Amino acid sequence: MEPAIRVEHLQVIRGGRTVVGDVSFTVPSGSLVGLLGPSGCGKTTLMRSLVGTQIVAGGSVELFGQPAGSPALRSQVGYVTQEPSVYSDLTVSENLRYFATVLAVPPTAAGRVIGEVGLGRHTDTVVGRLSGGEQARVSLATALLGSPRLLVLDEPTVGVDPLLRRDLWILFAALASSGTTLIVSSHVMEEAERCQRLLLMRDGQILADDSPEALLASTGSTDFESAFIALIESPPT
Amino acid sequence: MTVRRTVATAHRVLRQLRHDPRTVALILAVPAVLMGLLAWILHGRAGDFNQFGPPLLGIFPLIVMFLVTSVATLRERTSGTLERLLTTPLSKADFVMGYALAFGLTAVIQGLVVSGLSFSLYGLHVSGSPWLVVVVAVADALLGTALGLSLSALASTEFQAVQFMPAFILPQLLLCGIIVPRSQLPPALHWLSDVLPMSYAVDATRQLSTSATVTSEFLLDIGVVAMFVVAALLLGAATLRRRTQ
Repeated sequence: MEPAIRVEHLQVIRGGRTVVGDVSFTVPSGSLVGLLGPSGCGKTTLMRSLVGTQIVAGGSVELFGQPAGSPALRSQVGYVTQEPSVYSDLTVSENLRYFATVLAVPPTAAGRVIGEVGLGRHTDTVVGRLSGGEQARVSLATALLGSPRLLVLDEPTVGVDPLLRRDLWILFAALASSGTTLIVSSHVMEEAERCQRLLLMRDGQILADDSPEALLASTGSTDFESAFIALIESPPT
Repeated sequence: MTVRRTVATAHRVLRQLRHDPRTVALILAVPAVLMGLLAWILHGRAGDFNQFGPPLLGIFPLIVMFLVTSVATLRERTSGTLERLLTTPLSKADFVMGYALAFGLTAVIQGLVVSGLSFSLYGLHVSGSPWLVVVVAVADALLGTALGLSLSALASTEFQAVQFMPAFILPQLLLCGIIVPRSQLPPALHWLSDVLPMSYAVDATRQLSTSATVTSEFLLDIGVVAMFVVAALLLGAATLRRRTQ
């Protein structure tokens, strides 16, 4: 089967600095992939390259066999930026109904995604009055509207309380089992165990591309924090 | 471009305005109050009011709509909503036309309020049809919207965006013929005023002040303003980038 994501020798240079350097990986359809690494390692730039909003210096990025950013992909990819990119002066449902029309999905989809991210109580609240975590969920709900084949989520669980964080990971796993491909970034190493596959990133490079279990085994670690440190101190040759 | 997405974008922009009633009040009241102030300043000099009133009746809405649109589009750029929209099937034309439609409707209401007050309460008189003055006021407001949409691409902060008003609008105000008739300007400045849209907006209202019938000069002037609106909207669409650094 055609992979959901195929990245080959991707290179991004910004302001004379190499932000992503010669990165290659593929992601099969229907998998839940964690993109983990410290803040500033190039996660966001890599994700922007996937959705086609980043000017790249070299290499290729293909989603479902089509070059990233091509018009045919625009209704198939949902992207959630780190900062909630929704209208803070509109209510939750006004935001979702607008994006539903843009994505050409029925307005009933708005109600469905509000439920999925647990914002039912806030349907008619102006987004600017919600907490940071709630605003992030409105942004996530917007990406779920079109039932995209690929979801690119940049730190969707930051500032979310533990209970809800668990619910979101359950939602991500459910979406993956129904065939959606998800790539989820985080700088919290503990979130690694929620993923089926991990891409560990540091200084614009992919340090490891493996399943959580295999990663722990190969580094002889019991937690992901020490696995990450082990990879940095003795990179696999 | 699809009608549905354009209309939805216009609807969304109007909804945002509805959540901000103070901005709506300012859009509608500021030009009307400024015209009232002008009428008061020129109290007892009806000739002067009838000379300066019509062009300013178009210029005040132009300035208000320029500022509102510059800040609104800059907010879309800095909040990430524009980047998100451009990863969806929404076209650049949908975005720009959505704004033009929403602020165009706002401009119609604004034009009716400021003209209605000017012709009734303030005692403004023109030889031509007052309705054509409304048309020019709305065209000017649309020009302000279109210029705001395209020029906001040059600004990366709101501090910069608000300064485009003195930088791009005030020179046009000096050169448009209100202070010194354009024919009496030094040649270089006359040529410069020939390529600035506000000159044609002012010329159009001057035709209405002096002529009872619709002159071909009026049609030409209003046509040039309309062309500037279209050109600025196209430029505005061209400044939207799906891929950025």
